Amino acid sequence: MNEVASANAAEGKRTLSGNGGVEAGNLESPFSSWEDTATAATQIENPKIEVRNLNFYYGKFHALHDINLRIPEHQVTAFIGPSGCGKSTLLRTFNRIYNLYPGQRATGEILLDGRNILDRREDLNRLRSRVGMVFQKPTPFPMSIYDNIAYGVRLYERLGRAAMDERVEWALRKAALWDEVKDILRQSGKALSGGQQQRLCIARAIAIKPEVLLMDEPASALDPISTLKIEELVAELKGSYTIVIVTHNMQQAARISDFTAFMYMGRLIEFQDTNTLFTNPASKQTEDYITGRFG
Amino acid sequence: MDIYRRRKIVNVFNLSVSVLTTLFGLFFLFWLLWVLFSKGLSHLNLDLFALDMPGPGSETGGLRNAIVGSLLLTGVGVAIGAPIGVLAGTYLAEFGRYAWVSTPVRFINDVLLSAPSIVIGVFVYEIMVVPMGNFSGWSGGVALAIIVIPVVVRTTEDMMRLVPDTLREAAAALGAPQWRVVVDVVLKASLSGIMTGILLAVARIAGETAPLLFTALNNQFFTLDMDQPMGNLPVTIFNFAMGPYDNWHDLAWAGSLLITLAVLTLNIMTRIFLRTKK
Repeated sequence: MNEVASANAAEGKRTLSGNGGVEAGNLESPFSSWEDTATAATQIENPKIEVRNLNFYYGKFHALHDINLRIPEHQVTAFIGPSGCGKSTLLRTFNRIYNLYPGQRATGEILLDGRNILDRREDLNRLRSRVGMVFQKPTPFPMSIYDNIAYGVRLYERLGRAAMDERVEWALRKAALWDEVKDILRQSGKALSGGQQQRLCIARAIAIKPEVLLMDEPASALDPISTLKIEELVAELKGSYTIVIVTHNMQQAARISDFTAFMYMGRLIEFQDTNTLFTNPASKQTEDYITGRFG
Repeated sequence: MDIYRRRKIVNVFNLSVSVLTTLFGLFFLFWLLWVLFSKGLSHLNLDLFALDMPGPGSETGGLRNAIVGSLLLTGVGVAIGAPIGVLAGTYLAEFGRYAWVSTPVRFINDVLLSAPSIVIGVFVYEIMVVPMGNFSGWSGGVALAIIVIPVVVRTTEDMMRLVPDTLREAAAALGAPQWRVVVDVVLKASLSGIMTGILLAVARIAGETAPLLFTALNNQFFTLDMDQPMGNLPVTIFNFAMGPYDNWHDLAWAGSLLITLAVLTLNIMTRIFLRTKK
């Protein structure tokens, strides 16, 4: 088993001391004979989110196996891996959106600021107001651009007209959409282009000022220019939010994230700071994936 | 013969047959409209809306009381049936989506949807007319409401199902409780479809005769009193068409044309309604 090479990658507040970590267990895959070098429990001090022994089930299907992971605050963490590896599933446990569907359940612990959100008594609506989410496809509500943003704010805050106007403008500016929509705020959000709709959804998510922003392949349905705008946005937002992003696009992960987790077949194979993972991966599977040998 | 030529011939054959069957169906529709217009149009005049039903032997008369009665009965039927239908449909599509009770409810609703309307008439006769001691507008409205409910339940559920789950997730992800997701997002997104369902239900009950025979009965005189038997177009058409007088026959034709036009207008309106929303 490799000693994780990331120890010397520690710089600034990233304090990574790779002393091995969790074994990936029995992978029933063509790769199971390979050296399993999961480094999931990378030591991150004061994580915003800490996942402990998380298992996830879609009915009888066991989708996530013993995930252990620490997600640092005010950083961008990317989940990569081939389709069906469980990265979206993992993301969807952080705001428990899976709870909308009976038959989907998680066991283990997910600590948000040290409190277990998988607890039965957790108030899901409050949790989701703290952990925002942007989805793969733009999902504007059937209402005006203004109301799309104001909707979430009204759920938890009582703002006067002026304050609300200000909040809407603030969110739209943050999402780099203000200049394009400032004169058509009363028009339907559905009239916007796909890229604009997605930025509207990001504006809507940040308008309620969550602490964590989950992004599930936010750019996969967009053209390169809109993608670029969203990537710039992520870089801009990470100062104030903890961002977790799922992406199919490894270049994207390399460009925008500080930490990257590689998942495969429901297991977390490797978690490193992004530079290390892409230049000197500890696991053979990670290396094969990022060099395009499979996946 | 090569495979391409064969496909072409099969295509031409299928296309011609489907066009012919369409024309066959349309032929009867236009025939029906033609008969209604030719027999009824000449009797569509102001008197029809201004005068009440003629008694036996009287020369002049209209359908004012029947028209007003039909409007009232239909209004009551929709006012009772539509809210119940929308709420039940919302339950099936949203809150009770995974509840065990939803499957039997859905099944029973489908049975009700195809229940013979005369049965509904007899049922309301037994539960309302008999205890109250007389035929009444209210009982007619209730009978029509029972026809409206399954139609609206079905369309409401279908339309809400068309709203993608991603939209529900997006609203829930903002921290919206389920009832707000349903009211603010799902209902809003499916409103035009639900309205269409209600309009179609109106069109359906506008021409119903059987459930009224045992409930609202009919009334030769003008009344707005829902506790009394109430005039209405379908039963009037039935009575007048069976009657011995020529002017009754003419009024029956005019009434038939009137109902047909009303239903046609409603259907066209729903089309326009749906189109402008998309």
